[in-house]
Amino acid sequence: MNPSSQSFGKSLFELLSSMRFAISLLSILAIASIIGTVLKQSEPYSSYLIQLGPFWFQVFEKLGLYDVYHAAWFLLILTFLVASTSVCITRNAPNFVREMRSFREHVSEQSLNAFRHKHEAATTQQPEALAASAQRYLEGQGYKVRNLPREDGVLLAAKAGSWNRLGYFLAHSAIVMICIGGLLDGNLIFKAQQVLGVKKIETRDIPQSQVPAISRLSPANPSFRGSVQIPEGSSASVAFLNVADGYLVQELPFTVALKQFRIEHYTTGQPKSFESDIELFDRAGKKIRAATIAVNHPLIHDGVAIYQASFADGGTRLTLRGWNLFAPAASSFPAEGAVHGSAALTSAAGDFTLEFIDFRPFNIEDMGGDTETPRNTMSVLGGSPVGDNRHLRNVGPSFQYKLRDARGQASEFSNYMLPLQFDGRWYLMSGVRESPNEAFRYLRMPLDAAGEIDSFMRLRGALLNAELRPEIAARFARQALPQDARGTEIEDKLKSSATQMLGLFAEGGFQSLGRFIEEKIPEAEREKVMGAYLRILELAAFEALQLANRQAGLPAPRTDEATGWLVRDTLNSMSDLFVYGAPVYLQLMQYDEVKATGLQLTRSPGKNVVYFGSLLLTLGVFFMLYVRERRIWLRIKPGHALLAMSSAKHTIDFEKEFARHAQALDTLVK
Amino acid sequence: MELALNQPAPLLKRLSWFDWLFAAIVAAGGLFALSRFGGYMDIYEKAILLAAIPSLAVSGWLWKPFRPLFIVVGAVSLFAFSQYQGNLARMEEAFFLKYLISSQAAIMWMCALFGLATLAYWAGLLARSEFMLKSGGALTWSAIAMGFIGLMVRWYESYLIGADVGHIPVSNLYEVFVLFCLITAMMYLYYEARYQTLQMGAFVLLVISAGVGFILWYTFDRGAHEIQPLVPALKSWWMKLHVPANFVGYGGFSIAAMLGVAYLLAGRGILASRLPRLEVIDDMMYKAIAIGFAFFTIATILGAMWAAEAWGGYWSWDPKETWALIVWLNYAAWLHIRLVKGLRGPMLAWWAVVGLFVTIFAFIGVNMFLSGLHSYGTL
Ligand code: HEM
Repeated sequence: MNPSSQSFGKSLFELLSSMRFAISLLSILAIASIIGTVLKQSEPYSSYLIQLGPFWFQVFEKLGLYDVYHAAWFLLILTFLVASTSVCITRNAPNFVREMRSFREHVSEQSLNAFRHKHEAATTQQPEALAASAQRYLEGQGYKVRNLPREDGVLLAAKAGSWNRLGYFLAHSAIVMICIGGLLDGNLIFKAQQVLGVKKIETRDIPQSQVPAISRLSPANPSFRGSVQIPEGSSASVAFLNVADGYLVQELPFTVALKQFRIEHYTTGQPKSFESDIELFDRAGKKIRAATIAVNHPLIHDGVAIYQASFADGGTRLTLRGWNLFAPAASSFPAEGAVHGSAALTSAAGDFTLEFIDFRPFNIEDMGGDTETPRNTMSVLGGSPVGDNRHLRNVGPSFQYKLRDARGQASEFSNYMLPLQFDGRWYLMSGVRESPNEAFRYLRMPLDAAGEIDSFMRLRGALLNAELRPEIAARFARQALPQDARGTEIEDKLKSSATQMLGLFAEGGFQSLGRFIEEKIPEAEREKVMGAYLRILELAAFEALQLANRQAGLPAPRTDEATGWLVRDTLNSMSDLFVYGAPVYLQLMQYDEVKATGLQLTRSPGKNVVYFGSLLLTLGVFFMLYVRERRIWLRIKPGHALLAMSSAKHTIDFEKEFARHAQALDTLVK
Repeated sequence: MELALNQPAPLLKRLSWFDWLFAAIVAAGGLFALSRFGGYMDIYEKAILLAAIPSLAVSGWLWKPFRPLFIVVGAVSLFAFSQYQGNLARMEEAFFLKYLISSQAAIMWMCALFGLATLAYWAGLLARSEFMLKSGGALTWSAIAMGFIGLMVRWYESYLIGADVGHIPVSNLYEVFVLFCLITAMMYLYYEARYQTLQMGAFVLLVISAGVGFILWYTFDRGAHEIQPLVPALKSWWMKLHVPANFVGYGGFSIAAMLGVAYLLAGRGILASRLPRLEVIDDMMYKAIAIGFAFFTIATILGAMWAAEAWGGYWSWDPKETWALIVWLNYAAWLHIRLVKGLRGPMLAWWAVVGLFVTIFAFIGVNMFLSGLHSYGTL
């Protein structure tokens, strides 16, 4: 070996084991860790692209910032920490072991005299006698003592708290152990395979069975952490590992079947427990065991731990009634669907794809209302920590779907199955939004006396029907005018303006009416005219309802306030249809719920190493911080005693203890 | 002169009859709770309760003032339970409950007493009045008693709301803030007695008052004092260990930071003649960080073990976890730098002060600004 490489090795050793380097590493690691908490990790790459723009997206990707804690540079820092700690231990080990054992018997009187903590006393006692009593005293104080005869007297060498050094070994080897355990559970093996080209991440959205072998991991894979969704009545024998912008398929050593998934709720509606009844089968299809897992209660089988991680809809079957919103008739058609499925929809407005995305059996909504707990000082002082949950209601099931047009644009809908009450009247609600970060806007469809939306739909159909318009207008005009005005010009005028109003409304609701007024009516009169038009529209709509009922062979609507509201709400709701964004409304009639459980499956061989390391770390930290290492020497010569004391850490406790021993010496020498 | 030579007798031989009585009371209380409420506990919770008996007894033996505190809190809490007569509505009617010892009333008293204690400590510090300083201590003790009574009663109330709602009150930001104030105050009083210095109370009580301010804002503005049932992820016996251990850590770091402030002020001659010697402050600071670090280590390990059971992995680099690691690394670095040639002085004091900001971020900032698995206490 040549001298320069030797000195390089030596200085590397020096650097790695230096305290300054250790402190720098701890600080760098802390700062590096912050990055991953600020930038959300392991999101879909597309959302990073939107957040950062194409340039920074690439820069961040190169730096591995989407998965900082598995990035090569982060692992490098960790490796340095492990190296530094290991070197530090090896460097200190021999010294520390020697020190733990040694009583430092060879200390010279001269150096004892140079101690900062020393105390001298004159004595009349024989050195041996004083040494004996001092030894008893020190042992009583918890010291281990060596009595060393010297030619002119005795040297007592004592030590206590050697475990402090042991603590150093425990804690620092624990750090190494924990890091190694963590690495065992990390994805190093896969990374290596990826670099060698043996394995590849799958980024396509294809059925699991079609994922090629290069993206599949064998059941023998020693460490993984994946997840899988299983609908009730189905099973899975793989889990999915999310890696970067894709995934891998992990084959499991068994098959997990879900019998039932249960959610229990508190009376306030918050979820109380999530439980899955699962069964495990071996590869041959033989049942191995059945178990119920819940949050905080995983099942461990064959080294694979199975956790309750999430839940979802598992393909609830929906029975629907579709309403053509712009058909000039009250027509509906039956439809079927299943969550996660899709269907084609052809309508006059074009071709659409329906994608059923979710079903929720409950919806706990804050229905507003007055909070009964006023929050003034007195009520808090004597007040109640009991929450006021009276305004929380379960408003029943809802289902969600997307309607995608031929260009791929989609709106999302959320339809409730049961009606909701507002201002004493009942409505069926359908929410719509253009993107997931918007709130839903709701279409409210009024219910009739029978509690159905059929009257609303019938009236809507009649109002959209251009053929009925003359008759509606005629009936309206006749009803609106007194006996003697019938057949006059006024009636004709009223008829034609009613026809016009109805036509305008059928084209675009109140908006087209408003536009018409803005164009034709001088500003000063607009409000008055609008009032008159609305009145005409309402009365005409009532006639339309009568007509529609008669045509459907139904009894005439009652002329009461309820019908009045029904008509008014229908007009409002119809007007909203023009911005609803879909040509159909899907009414949920029945459902057959299928839930799915989200399981997480992990195998982590490093776990026990990490736990053992943690135990050592705890012990080590306590020993280091709470066992104080101290040494005492008592050099006794005829007529003179010298007490010296030292410790690696000079704390106030140490000063106090020294003072106590000095005082004790003064007593002993007498 | 015999005194100086006295061997330190083993702990058991040093105990007085009161120590034994105290241990008996603790054991009786623990066993009573076990027999009465055992039905609600799983095996681990029973083990925790049983292990708590000797731990509390030994705490009382080693730190004598803990004994009367425990007995007073226990007795008043039992009295409060009896006042309820199993009916939650009694809290609005029964005099004692309404004005003194329903959970919310007791916690508000705690807040008030901490406020007064802060004033008393400052008056004592500025006026060099030993009497005022001692009053500060007494007020702090009363605040602690009220706070613990409040938590005990809150625990009981939660079961009155519903057997399935009941849980130990360390589950949301409001409850842990109360816990933080109590633990920090207790740790401070312990060191106050050990170091025989009363003046530092003025500084430590400031950080507790900040906690109290937060509790008040959180109560009045957000109604956070309402008892909510536990989300499934928190329904675990691990919570009983992980959360308190964490708060011993936070408490130690907070005390250290306030001592750091005192150190820096005294180092510049501000209040210097009223404060203890710099070495004493420095020593206390080291002790506070040492105990904080030790417990924070345990808390983080317990958290990892809990995570392994609840989320399927002992370490997920979730923001809260990561910030716990950052805090821990920060204080590990602090302890090392102090060891390098025994570095002391303003640099370490500054570091302890900055450390508090890191800790606060890990404690509240993460909940406010970052989202993750740990989103239980959102603001
Ligand atoms: C995450 C990493 C580490 C942690 C958590 C840690 C923790 C600790 C703790 C708590 C102490 C006791 C401080 C005291 O007594 O006040 C300590 C002491 C010490 N550490 Fe570390 N340490 C780490 C890494 C390192 C490294 C990399 C080195 C090597 C340069 C090192 C060298 C030392 C030494 C020499 C002592 C003094 C031991 C003694 O004299 O008692 N530590 N460490």
